[in-house]
Amino acid sequence: MAGGVSSSGGHSVSSAYAAVRNWLLAPSWITIAIFMLGPVLLMAVYSFLTKEFRGGVLWEFSLASYDQFFFDRGLFGDEPPKLHWTYLAIYLRSFIQASVATLLCLAIGFPTAYFIATRPASTRMVWLFLITIPYWVNLLIRTVSMKFLIRDTGPINEWLISFGLLEAPIKMVNTDFAVQLGLFYSYLPFMVLPIYAAVERYDFALSEAAADLYADRWTTLWLVLLPAVRPGIIAGCILVFVPSLGAFLAPDLLGGAKNFMIGSLIEEQFKGAAGNWPFGAACAMVLLTMVLVAVFLYARQQAANARGGG
Amino acid sequence: MNAETGNPSAAAAVEVREVEKVFGPPTTGARALAGVSLNILDNEFFTLLGPSGCGKTTLLRIIAGFETVTSGRVFLFGDEIEDLPPNKRPVNTVFQQYALFPHMSVAENVAFGLHRLRHPKAEVAKRVDEALDLVQLGEFAARRPSQLSGGQQQRVALARALAPRPKVLLLDEPLSALDLKLRQAMRVELKSLQEETGITFIFVTHDQEEALTMSDRIAVMSRGEVQQIGTAHDIYDRPRNRFVADFIGETNLLDVTVENVDDGSVACRLQDGGLLQATPSGEAAAGTAGHVSIRPEQLVLVPPQEPALMQGVVDRLIYLGTDNQHLVQLADGSEIRVRTQAAQQAEKDFAPGDKVGIRVNPGTARLLVD
Ligand SMILES: Nc1ncnc2c1ncn2[C@@H]1O[C@H](COP(=O)(O)OP(=O)(O)OP(=O)(O)O)[C@@H](O)[C@H]1O
Ligand SMILES: [Mg+2]
Repeated sequence: MAGGVSSSGGHSVSSAYAAVRNWLLAPSWITIAIFMLGPVLLMAVYSFLTKEFRGGVLWEFSLASYDQFFFDRGLFGDEPPKLHWTYLAIYLRSFIQASVATLLCLAIGFPTAYFIATRPASTRMVWLFLITIPYWVNLLIRTVSMKFLIRDTGPINEWLISFGLLEAPIKMVNTDFAVQLGLFYSYLPFMVLPIYAAVERYDFALSEAAADLYADRWTTLWLVLLPAVRPGIIAGCILVFVPSLGAFLAPDLLGGAKNFMIGSLIEEQFKGAAGNWPFGAACAMVLLTMVLVAVFLYARQQAANARGGG
Repeated sequence: MNAETGNPSAAAAVEVREVEKVFGPPTTGARALAGVSLNILDNEFFTLLGPSGCGKTTLLRIIAGFETVTSGRVFLFGDEIEDLPPNKRPVNTVFQQYALFPHMSVAENVAFGLHRLRHPKAEVAKRVDEALDLVQLGEFAARRPSQLSGGQQQRVALARALAPRPKVLLLDEPLSALDLKLRQAMRVELKSLQEETGITFIFVTHDQEEALTMSDRIAVMSRGEVQQIGTAHDIYDRPRNRFVADFIGETNLLDVTVENVDDGSVACRLQDGGLLQATPSGEAAAGTAGHVSIRPEQLVLVPPQEPALMQGVVDRLIYLGTDNQHLVQLADGSEIRVRTQAAQQAEKDFAPGDKVGIRVNPGTARLLVD
C-alpha cells in the first residue's frame, strides 16, 4: 500500500491518487466512527460519571463504578478495600460458559462444515440454506421455545417418561446445561460458516499426498487438514466466543437467577429505575478491555509464530 | 514387502491385468479405462503416453490406491494390492500440482513420509539431507514451499516422494508446469535419478518428446486402451496402428491398396498410381485398403525430371532451426511433409512453387493394418 509514493517521479500522481482514495473511503470511515467508535467512547465516558438515582447520570467525574466493581469496602463503605469477588465470579463463570459453548460448537460445527464442504457443489447450497433456516426466526422466540422443550412438563421429559425411560422428569431449565444448550443453539452457524469456507478452499490433493506418504486418516486430519483450515476455525471460535460471553437471552431465560452471566449483569444496570448506568458502562468496559488484551496477546503470538516459521 | 514371489509375474514390479474403470453408473458412466493390461518391470523407466483424457491419470491413481477398479486386478511384485489403502502401499507419487504441505518447511515436507514409517529421528534427518542433496536443494531446507520457484517446488515434491525409498515411484506429468529449458534439464535429471536409485518409475505424460527421450519402455494409450507397448524405437519405427503412427512424431499417412503380399514386404498401390514397398504392421491381405506411414525425414526431394515415386509442387518452406520442412502439395490436393537437414542440404532446398519429385528411402515405409 505504501509503495505508491516510493518512486520519486510518481510522487504528485500518487498523492493525487491518495486524495481520491481517501475521499472514496470516507463513507467507511464515517460508518466506523458513528457505529463503532462512537458507542464505545460514549460507554467509556459514562463509566466515569456519577450515578443518578432514577437512572441516567450526573455529569461529574467519578471512579465509583470501577471501585464498586473491584473492591469491597463493607456495607457502609468505611472498611479497608478488599478484592470484590461477586462480579469477578460472574465474569469467570461467563468465561467458562462461553469457552464450553465454543468447544461444543467446534465439536459439532467442524464435522458439519466438513460434511457440507465435501458434498457435490450442486447440493452444498441446499445444506447451507438448511443450516440457516432456524435463524430466520427471532432469537428471543427460539430461546423461549427451547425453554418449552426442556422444561419439566415439556415434550422431551414427557416422552422419556411415557416410554418408561424415566420415572420423574430431569430438571433441565435453570441449569448450566440449559444455558449451554441455548448458547450452542444460538451460535452454531457462526462456527459452521467460516469453517465451511475454509474447508471448501482446501486442496484435497494434500490429503491424498498425506495418504500417499503413509499417513492414516487421523494423522492426515491432525497434521494436514486442521493446520490448513486453522484460520477458519479461529474465526469461528471468535465469532462464537465473543457473543456467548456477552449473551443475556439464553442465561436469562434458560439459566435463571443462579446462572447469572455478564450479559444479564449489564442488562440489569440499564433496566428500570433500579439501574446504575455508570456501573453498567464500567462492567462493559472491563469486559471490552479483557477481550482486547486477549486478542492482542493472541495476535502477537501469531506474529511471532509467523516470523519463527520462515 | 514381497517375501513369497513364486508367482510367474514376480519379475513385474507392477502388473495391471484387464483393468476396467467406469466413473458413475456401470452402464451409462464414463469409461476411463477399457481393459488395460500392462507388465512393468523392476528398475524400469516406464511411460504412459497419450492424449488428454485417455485415462493416464486414472491408471496411475488406481496403482496408487486413490481409485478402485471396476473390474480387473493390480499386482505389486506379485501380490494383489486391491484391498490395500494408499497409505499401506509401498508406492509414492509426485503429484502434477506437487501438493506440497504449505504450512511445513521443505525439510518437514520431505520428512513427512519417514516419520509416518516410524524411522528414528537421526535416520530421518540423514535421509532428508540425502534426498534434498539428490535434488540439489540442501540450502532450501528451512524454506516454506511458497518461497520456492516452480522448478524448486517440483524437486521438493520429488525428494518427498523419494525419501521413503518406495519400490515404485509414480509421476503424473511432473514437468508440465515448468518452462522449456527447465523441463529439458529435469528430463536428464529424472532419468539419471532413476538409474542411480534403481526405483521403478511410472511416468505419465502427453508430451511424446519427453516420453521418447526418457523411457525404457512406453505404453501409448488412447481412449482408455493401450495401443502399443515398446521401446522408443519400436514405437517410432514400427508403429502398430494408425493412431500410434500419427501420435508419435510427425508422419505422412497415405491411402493405399495392397497389391501383393510377399513375406515381410508388401507392394502398395498409391492413389496416383505409384507402387511402393512397405513393411506391414500385421497380417495384410491383397486387395484390401490401408494406410502407409512415412516419416518426413525418410522422404527425399528431387528435381521433377528425375525418377520419383510421387510428383508435387512445393507449397511452403518452414525453417525449424536445424531442419527445413517442405510442405508439398500432391496432384490430388493432399499435402506431404518432407524434412531435410538444413546444414547439409541447403543447396538442395526447393522454393515454394517449384515442381518436385518425391522419393522414399527404401525400407522406411510402413503399412498400417488397423
Ligand atoms: N472423477 C471422475 N469422474 C468422472 N469422470 C472422470 C473422473 N476422472 C476422470 N474422468 C474421466 O475419465 C477419462 C480419463 O481421465 P484421466 O484424468 O485419466 O485422463 P488423462 O489421460 O490423465 O488426461 P490429461 O492428460 O488431460 O490429464 C476422462 O474422460 C475424464 O473425463
Ligand atoms: Mg491426467
